[in-house]
Formats: sequence, structure tokens, C-alpha cells
Amino acid sequence: MGNLKKTALTGAHSEAGAKLVPFAGWKMPLHYGSQLGEHRAVRDSAGIFDVSHMTQVDITGTDAERFLRLLLVGDVAKLEAGRALYSLALTDKAGILDDLMVYRVEDCFRVVFNAATRDKLVLWLDSRKAELVVALRFRDDLAMLAIQGPNAVSLAEQVLNKRLSRLGKFAVVKHAEMLIARTGYTGEDGLEIMLPGEPARALWKRFNDMGVQSCGLAARDTLRLEAGLNLYGQDMDESTHPLESRLGWTIAWNPQDRDFIGRRKLQQIATAGSKRELKGIRLMEKGVMRPGTRIETEWGAGEITSGSFSPSLGYSIGFARVPTGATGDVQAIIRGFPRKARIVSPRFLST
Amino acid sequence: MTDVPDNLSYTETHEWLREEPDGSYTVGITDYAQDALGDVVHVELPELEAEFVAGEEACVVESVKAASELYAPVTGTISEFNEQLESRPELVNEDPYGAGWFFRIIPDQSVSTNDLLDAQSYEEMVEDE
Repeated sequence: MGNLKKTALTGAHSEAGAKLVPFAGWKMPLHYGSQLGEHRAVRDSAGIFDVSHMTQVDITGTDAERFLRLLLVGDVAKLEAGRALYSLALTDKAGILDDLMVYRVEDCFRVVFNAATRDKLVLWLDSRKAELVVALRFRDDLAMLAIQGPNAVSLAEQVLNKRLSRLGKFAVVKHAEMLIARTGYTGEDGLEIMLPGEPARALWKRFNDMGVQSCGLAARDTLRLEAGLNLYGQDMDESTHPLESRLGWTIAWNPQDRDFIGRRKLQQIATAGSKRELKGIRLMEKGVMRPGTRIETEWGAGEITSGSFSPSLGYSIGFARVPTGATGDVQAIIRGFPRKARIVSPRFLST
Repeated sequence: MTDVPDNLSYTETHEWLREEPDGSYTVGITDYAQDALGDVVHVELPELEAEFVAGEEACVVESVKAASELYAPVTGTISEFNEQLESRPELVNEDPYGAGWFFRIIPDQSVSTNDLLDAQSYEEMVEDE
């Protein structure tokens, strides 16, 4: 793992006995002993994640807003300062290039996207800049921590000595050298904090000292799956479009003259109607659905894009891309044997 | 690091075996294997009287992360399986050489156990992985 990039916290993870694995070019903690224990800590109280592998870039300049209005399916003109937006970047053919968060803070847009897509996104951003007056600054100097769970915000208030309960969902605030946002990827209340490495290490330790469980990528994956949140590269990629990825809601169709990349193709797809859609699915028998598990429905076959055992529910859940209209009882083919499964709301925890 | 009891035999596919006084073998997965799998959430066990050829898939072990197979370490017939694993699969993680055992198999007369590894050889093998 010699060539892998390390975060400001890799040393701390190692000391804590984390199982470190290669992930998108980074050496990242998979778990600190028990994935299930970490998952439960976030659902029951609070957990802390090192997500410093995510790419952070600051976009500034007089054309910054114009630039992002061209690049993203969401419209940042409607994004007020101090707010965050989940959005997508598409190819001309409406394939999903990446999903990302945009945080608007003062005169800057902080964009956070996936580690695995960094190289292609850098090239793409550069190629689309053209004559626009924008500056891109990659914030490799910054770490990113996520503190998630029902007790996350009150614990963070103590650690940071700052009132945060009034910070609304998807709001972001600058605090000393940090950006603190009420966002996350677990389906729980919580914060994501972007800050330099040194204070990140200090914060991590203080949260640990207060009993906040360190959590790895494995728990992050089951938490986001239960919450019905897509993972780039698994539930969507350049070969799939937003309308078959349960992401139609991210598209700002108005104003109609905003010609974002991929719009024309997307409009054609919307008019014709998407042939496939991404659905939630639960297994009614024992076993575990995994990515690639075949799903047979009366409307035709599809397959699991993300599938795992749900620690909170005690059975296997997943997302499946299936023919449009598929509903009700279906079959999951696990190691050659058909098992009873059912199409359900992908917000698995609220059903 | 990983626990490899001296009194057991091992396979290259990370099963352990203990010979019982009645000539059967108790089989499970090693500490190294359970650690690599992570939290086990479901185990598919073989049926009683089921016959397996050495190396054949006998059980499926599902962890949160992945599915993995447990292979019959010798050719023989299943005489018993650990029913507790159906309700408490986490025993595989908590006590891989004890309460987390999988099944007992009565080996065929003709079975040779020459392919099995002793504790030292197994330990050397996993250290190289």
C-alpha cells in the first residue's frame, strides 16, 4: 500500500487498530474492529468518519456561478450563501459524470466530489472553463470529518464550543478555519466539517474522548444504503442517466433557457420516458443480495446495484435497476437459487 | 496476531479441523478467515447426511461485506451441524474455534488427510498473504 495517499488522520487510524484498505488511491479505514458496532453507534448515538479522501475544490471568480450553472443539473443561482446543494455533473449524453455537494460560502463555491472521479473531473472542469473568468483551487490542504448520529450535533456543540442547533439542514457556516455543514451520508442528523489537518487531528481526538465511535468506510456504506442514498460507481455512472437512478429530483428544469451540459439529451429521455428505474428491494428470505444479483420481475429482469445486509433491519436490502413499472413481489437469484424479494421504498428505515 | 491453535489441522482455504474420538472431524473457519470476512450475518449450513467430496462447497458464509464459501476439507458425510449459527452467526467471529464451529463430518474410509496443514504450516501460509 506504499503508493497510496494518506489523510491527516491515517496515523491515528493505524494506532486505533483500524483495518486500512486501498480505496480510490487512498489508504482508508474499512473498520476499527466491528462494522456492525460502528453502524449501530451512528444509528443510536454518534460516530465520526474520516472522509478526507473526498476532493474539495474552491471555485471563485466573477463567472463562478455561470460556470456551475453550465456544469450542474441543479441551479446554483437559486442557492443562497450559507446553503448546500446535492447535484450531478453529466456528460453531453446525460450519463452521470459524478455526484457532488456544492457549499456556497460568501463569494466562493466549495465543491466536494468523489475521490475515484478526481482525475477525470479535473480534466473535465478545465476543458469546460473556456473563456470564463473562474479560478479553481484544489484544497488538498484540507481534511474532512463527518460526525453523524442523533447525538452528533449536541456533542459537536460541546467540542467546538459553538451553538449549532440553529444551523438548519443543508446549511453551512464558516467558523475560524473550518466550514461546518449540516450534511451527511448516513440518513442521520449530523455535520460535515472541512478543516486543515492539524485541527482535524485534534478534533478527532476530542470526539473520541467524548465517546464518539470512530467509523470506517464499511459502516458508511451500510448506513447510506439503509438511508436510500446512491453510491457513485455502483448505483450510477457514465452509462446511466439521472432518470433511471432515482435522481430526477436534482434536475432544475427551470429556467428553461439554462442550457446545462446534458440537458438536451435528458429532455429527450424525459419525453420518451425512461425504460428502467432504480428501486428499493428487500429480501424476504435469508441470504444477502450483492451488486450484480439478478432480479426477476413480471416486467423483465434487472440487477442489484448496491446490496448488503442491513444491520438495522436484520435482512438484506438493496437498490435494483429494473424495467419501469416493476413492483410488488420479485425474485432475487442468489447463487443460482430464486429467493423471494419485494420492491419497497428505498428509504428502508422509514417503512 | 492471528490465533492458530496447535492441536488443529488446517486447509489452504482457511478451514480448521479437529479429529474427534469417534473418528469424525469438527470443522470451522480460522481466526484469520473470520477477521478477513468481517461481521458474519448469515451462515448456510449443510443438511444432515449430506455427502461431500473434499474441496466441494459445503457452506456459505455471508458477512456484511461479502459472501464466502466453506469447503469440505475431507470427503465424507455430515453427521451434525451447529444449529446455533442460524440464530447467532456472530459466534463465528466471537469464537471461531469454539462455539463458532460449523459441522461434523464422518470421513470416508479411503480418505487421506495428507493434504491438511499443521498449525505451523498454516501460520506460515497466512503470514505470507
